[in-house]
Amino acid sequence: MELSEEIIRLHYDINDEDFSAAGEASSAVKKTLSRLGVSPETVKRVAIAMYEAEINAVIHADGGAADIEITPQQIKVVISDRGPGIPNMEAAMQPGFSTATESVRELGFGAGMGLPNMKRYTDEMYVDTKIGVGTTVTLIVKI
Amino acid sequence: MKAREVAEKLNMIILTGDGDQEVTGLYTCDLLSWVISHASSGDMWVTVMNNLNILAVASLADVACIVLPENVEADEKLLERAQEKEITLIATSRSAANVIAEASKWIESER
Repeated sequence: MELSEEIIRLHYDINDEDFSAAGEASSAVKKTLSRLGVSPETVKRVAIAMYEAEINAVIHADGGAADIEITPQQIKVVISDRGPGIPNMEAAMQPGFSTATESVRELGFGAGMGLPNMKRYTDEMYVDTKIGVGTTVTLIVKI
Repeated sequence: MKAREVAEKLNMIILTGDGDQEVTGLYTCDLLSWVISHASSGDMWVTVMNNLNILAVASLADVACIVLPENVEADEKLLERAQEKEITLIATSRSAANVIAEASKWIESER
């Protein structure tokens, strides 16, 4: 398998039932990108940003879906959920701000680094959120 | 120096994995989101967190191995999944600070 002009599309369901399995989709994408010969630095950026989005979908929205598009120019990851939505985007983007529950914090999450990390590791990031409907995060990393 | 060799020098126990990964740095932190963005590839990561999520973080951050300090227990599920993912998991009664201090002597000496 190698990068060609053809667009590679991947889809994963993000399951909420097993919190401990969170990261499976990110790990699978990481493996695929490595196999495609994408540079380790780029692979890591995608993996970290996607993992944060995946964890958010599990923590805040009982899961969701991940759709990935790989072209020779960029890797686009779209994570969508049907959760409660983000009431205050500005606050959510502040490092350290978190609405995670105590039980989630006990697992080592909820440091308020999720969205800031996604922004830090991607070239473009878009958040489309609607209260009571859900959130879609689009992450783009250029190759 | 390989993870296996650092474990031997510090009398730590390898629970899973072959310890064949090269340790090029040391890192300790328990906030997983912080770890994933700040740990470097090749780090020996010391954490008291013993839930399954540490395995995903370790593999995504490309750390060399995970060390559970201060007799933090690894349950069956963690051992099983670490083995599956071929992650080197190490246990010790030493504190995190002590692991970092002692391991750094060996890792520094190779530089």
